[in-house]
Amino acid sequence: MKELTFGTLIAVFEEIFGRGLFWIMVALAALVTLAYLYVLIRDRAVSMRKFLWAQLSMPFGAILAVIFVQRMTHSGLRDIGGPIDVIVLLGVAVLGAVGGAILVYTLQSLLRPPRPRQNP
Amino acid sequence: MTGSDEFRPSRRGVLGFALAGAVTAGLGTRAAQAARIATKARIVVIGAGAGGTALVNRLVQRLDGAQIILIDPRPQHYYQPGLSLVAAGLKPTGYVVSRTSEWLPSGVTLVAEAAVAIDPVGKSVSTENGQKLEYDFLVVAPGLALDHDAIEGFSLDMVGKDGIGALYAGPDYAAKTWQAAWKFTEEGGIGLFTRPETEMKCAGAPLKHTFLIEDIASRSGARGRYEMHYACPQTALFSVPIVAEKVRMLFGQRGVATHYSHTLKSIDPGRKTARFETAATDPATGELVKSTAEMPYDYLHVIPPQRAPAVIRQSGLSWADKWTDQGWVECDMKTLRHLRYPEIFALGDVAGVPKGKTAASVKWQVPVIEDHLVAAIEGREGTAIYDGYTSCPLITRVGRAMLVEFDYHNNLVPSFPGVIAPLEELWISWLMKEVALKATYNAMLRGRA
Repeated sequence: MKELTFGTLIAVFEEIFGRGLFWIMVALAALVTLAYLYVLIRDRAVSMRKFLWAQLSMPFGAILAVIFVQRMTHSGLRDIGGPIDVIVLLGVAVLGAVGGAILVYTLQSLLRPPRPRQNP
Repeated sequence: MTGSDEFRPSRRGVLGFALAGAVTAGLGTRAAQAARIATKARIVVIGAGAGGTALVNRLVQRLDGAQIILIDPRPQHYYQPGLSLVAAGLKPTGYVVSRTSEWLPSGVTLVAEAAVAIDPVGKSVSTENGQKLEYDFLVVAPGLALDHDAIEGFSLDMVGKDGIGALYAGPDYAAKTWQAAWKFTEEGGIGLFTRPETEMKCAGAPLKHTFLIEDIASRSGARGRYEMHYACPQTALFSVPIVAEKVRMLFGQRGVATHYSHTLKSIDPGRKTARFETAATDPATGELVKSTAEMPYDYLHVIPPQRAPAVIRQSGLSWADKWTDQGWVECDMKTLRHLRYPEIFALGDVAGVPKGKTAASVKWQVPVIEDHLVAAIEGREGTAIYDGYTSCPLITRVGRAMLVEFDYHNNLVPSFPGVIAPLEELWISWLMKEVALKATYNAMLRGRA
């Protein structure tokens, strides 16, 4: 590869998942991120109880992301051949973990908003 | 409990953070192009494949007022690096087929006819319907011709039946090749994989097909009930020695028997036998002794000899003393400029240079021709040099590949040194071949990469 631009990167992802699926996923990710920002601004606080559940969901997000990428690329764990492959695999897992955590936190906040604060 | 375990972002803080993210995301955008050059030059490009299409897209960006004509009779564009994947059942036919017109910018005239004659002295190209197109500059990028008739007893209508595959012949034949190969991966038997003695496009593809079919057979119905044979006219598995050695070791591990100095001459589909011309050095006299050998098969992959298209060979553009049976265009290996007609350039498969019949090579060749052509229009000399860069994501099984990149000097020239090792079977190299390559190819077609 001679150069890697932002446009090329977008085109690469369109190829990986198909144009339709890729942009649906981008829209979903954007929606979840906006919802996350919304609940943060609305509540003006991070609830540690919800954050704990979000953290507990991280391994599931990581594993799901890895399985998803492997399905899409006809490959499996046996194809890991060197250090860079492990790094790519971990990168996918981290993205899945963080994405999963944000999703779980946002869903909890949307479904169970905090009770209004009582004035002293 | 109040506050101590709670993080309280301010609205302004969150928005500021989001803004910083957006600014960072925009940092990768490209700088503006150089100013366009006004010219009335007539530029004719023969062939709307990877090379021709990428070049006209770049020329349109560089030149203002030039008359650019692209000649190609076929309305479809083929993404040829995908044929190996189609022939292994990993992608559908549609994966490699698009319409040529989708890739062309405005400002380019497409003549949907075959070029039948080139007059390099009178500077004109004639088409099959009698059009005569005069040029100031000509770029020949017609690809190459597959000489299926050279294999006695073989014809393309056999592909897909009776254990015969031929993936080079196009998307439909690649899909039919998988029909025949799939039967082999389920039922087993003898798999026989060949390559021609001529120069060929993507010399890695015969190896990829062998590796892929072996891998699929090893996990399918044929497990434990198949033999693999690879027969080639050469005395090495790849033109770059260090890669040839690596492939030799992999073939050893995978149980692929190699038969050097074996040139496929004819097939007998009824008896399922292939006949080869073999060459061996007599140990006593040191002379080369030719003989024939027959090999049985249950699955045979045929790659025919490859030559420059007839229009090139008949127009006097070929080398007179090199590749005389193949007719590749006589050009400077660093500038791709014709040695006798400086207004003619050769691009892609048809160029008579020692390496570079791949789409990756085309990607490196196009900017070189663009540079010298634009320089010639401006009345100066170009400076860009093509050093034989060729890349081959050499698939070794479904899920792994080696990202082999090399130049005229048989040196490895890795794009990601220290990160992606060229001779290591890696998942990331497979990801590049399977998912990232077509995207970068498409970007190249549009003149953006």
